[in-house]
Amino acid sequence: MNRLKLPPWLVLLLPAIIILSAVVLIPLVLSLYSSFTSYRLTRPDSIFNWVGFFNYEKALTDVKFWAAFGRTVLLLTVALNLEMLFGLGLALMVSKVTQGQRLLRTMMMFPMMFSPILVGFQFKFIFNDNVGLVNNALQSLGITDQAIPWLVDGHLAMFSIIFAEIWTATSVFGILILAGLYAIPRDPLEAAKVDGCTAWQSFRYVTLPFLMPFIYIAMAIRSLDVARAYDIVQIMTNGGPARRTELLWTLIGRTGYVDARMGYANAMGYISIFLAIFFTIYFFKKLTQSRKELGMGA
Amino acid sequence: MAQVHLRDVVKKYGPLEVVHSINLDIADGEFVVLVGPSGCGKSTTLRMVAGLEGISGGQVKIGGRVVNDLPPRERNISMVFQNYALYPHMTVRENLGFSLKIAKQSQADIDKAVDEAAEILSLTPLMDRKPGALSGGQRQRVAMGRAIVRHPEVFLFDEPLSNLDAKLRTQMRVEIKKLHQKLKSTIIYVTHDQIEAMTLADRIVIMRDGHIEQVGTPLDVFENPVNTFVGTFIGSPPMNLLSGTVKGSSIEFEDGTLLPVPPGYEIADGQAVTFGVRADNIMPVGHALPRGEHMAEVEMAVDLTEPLGTETLLFATLAGTEVQAKMLNPRPVQSGERMTFQIMLDKCHLFDAETGATLRK
Ligand SMILES: Nc1ncnc2c1ncn2[C@@H]1O[C@H](COP(=O)(O)OP(=O)(O)O)[C@@H](O)[C@H]1O
Ligand SMILES: [Mg+2]
Repeated sequence: MNRLKLPPWLVLLLPAIIILSAVVLIPLVLSLYSSFTSYRLTRPDSIFNWVGFFNYEKALTDVKFWAAFGRTVLLLTVALNLEMLFGLGLALMVSKVTQGQRLLRTMMMFPMMFSPILVGFQFKFIFNDNVGLVNNALQSLGITDQAIPWLVDGHLAMFSIIFAEIWTATSVFGILILAGLYAIPRDPLEAAKVDGCTAWQSFRYVTLPFLMPFIYIAMAIRSLDVARAYDIVQIMTNGGPARRTELLWTLIGRTGYVDARMGYANAMGYISIFLAIFFTIYFFKKLTQSRKELGMGA
Repeated sequence: MAQVHLRDVVKKYGPLEVVHSINLDIADGEFVVLVGPSGCGKSTTLRMVAGLEGISGGQVKIGGRVVNDLPPRERNISMVFQNYALYPHMTVRENLGFSLKIAKQSQADIDKAVDEAAEILSLTPLMDRKPGALSGGQRQRVAMGRAIVRHPEVFLFDEPLSNLDAKLRTQMRVEIKKLHQKLKSTIIYVTHDQIEAMTLADRIVIMRDGHIEQVGTPLDVFENPVNTFVGTFIGSPPMNLLSGTVKGSSIEFEDGTLLPVPPGYEIADGQAVTFGVRADNIMPVGHALPRGEHMAEVEMAVDLTEPLGTETLLFATLAGTEVQAKMLNPRPVQSGERMTFQIMLDKCHLFDAETGATLRK
């Protein structure tokens, strides 16, 4: 017997290792490597053209990149906070409903059931300045006789995108916060009533601390989602007008696939991922902290 | 300072009525214990007084004021819950001071009241901990502290000791009693444990199936139960019950055993009765209390013994029914040994065989 003897743990882990490297490791290494080259999709041999940190330096000094970065952070902050507030309100209202609550909960999830691409198309139509629903409604009601350029004006376009983003994702907060509401023990709320709390005070001092872990979980999930926002924006404005709604990933997508400069796009991608990682770590820290406040977990 | 009055108080959950027209008057400073088997409506009644449950019918008055439509915070009560119901995200100090903070008292006043309560309940070393870092007994004391800082007119306790182990329970019982002597406020206390009820109460309210069966001092309900339910519920071991028929001045049991009718009862010939005797009043001759005026003797075979140290519980069969008897100054007893027992008739009870109601006039 002269067969190669692998240790059993390695044999057992081998399938996982093979799959992981095929799915994760190889693309990761390849994209990381290519971010140090001047790789262009149109000239495959350029992948061997090592340029060191040139792409990274270029990205970090590029105004367009930082503008997209800032816009993404803005979208994250505004959308997440509004979604949290609306989701909280929605969950509080649904939790008070006594009849047909199941139906309502299911309906709450409808926006999540559509592909973001379709949502993008839908809102592109709704906010269209000529035939869109919003302008039609405003004009019929006599509020304005102008065709408001919802998707053409820079600020309005950003607003429209945030609106669509909130429409699709408020229910993520709604559902998670509702789960939190169901998990609150009844006793401390009753104790608060006896201790003299009004409904608002009970909410502020008892309900909300119990909900915070759920809110932070939703925040962590959604921050990853929004940090990689691409589809809705791509469809609604394509980053326009004049790059006024360009986000990190629409910029990266354009650089990589339209301009074919994949090496540069990958470098920007790696920088952008830090944004997502930062937000996720931040919210997980907050989550752990809020759980500790409640005496849960270590 | 407050009396509490319940007038024809009813609680319905939809069509289901769980508390049926209860009447109860509680004096200022009185310690009243609601006791009864689980599910009899004690908590529901207490929660209606607290304002945590709506009142379906009748009136609840606290300190002469009808409070039916007032929220808990306007009733000047405080409550201790079975599961402590502490705020897990607040320290002990914050838990204790929370109600005062809500009432917008000054920080100095809050600190003073909190420190005082902490002193009374020896919570001072725990003030900066969160409830998660406390033992069951400590949490219980925080819950009580939270109730006393406000100096409410009425304290409500819902089975506050049921989650504690036996030793701690005995200890806390004493503390609650001391607390009542110190604060002198009205207390309504709910428990399913008759020993807790007996040891704590000025007056016991015994409930069953949403009705009040009997109200009285601990000794009163122990010595004069109005029916077989109260007789067996109060006292440990439960009162022995034997079915028989009155024959002249005797009661004849199914196997023909005869016992005299206890003094104080006048019962028509031929009436079916339930004869009630506690283990304390049926003892083997020679291991009993001194003989009283009205005594009877029976011979029984002992089936089983439970030595408790100062006394031994004997399980024997009388007229086909298992009865428990008590042996003072115990000696070892063989299973199957026949012994003569003396029954103290003036401590025995007769109940209507059908309704279970006492036949004492
Ligand atoms: N929210 C409710 N809906 C319907 N029935 C209830 C509700 N709460 C309590 N009950 C019923 O009321 C009765 C009394 O309950 P409770 O007061 O909690 O009893 P306990 O004496 O053990 O404290 C029980 O039969 C219980 O099933
Ligand atoms: Mg109860």
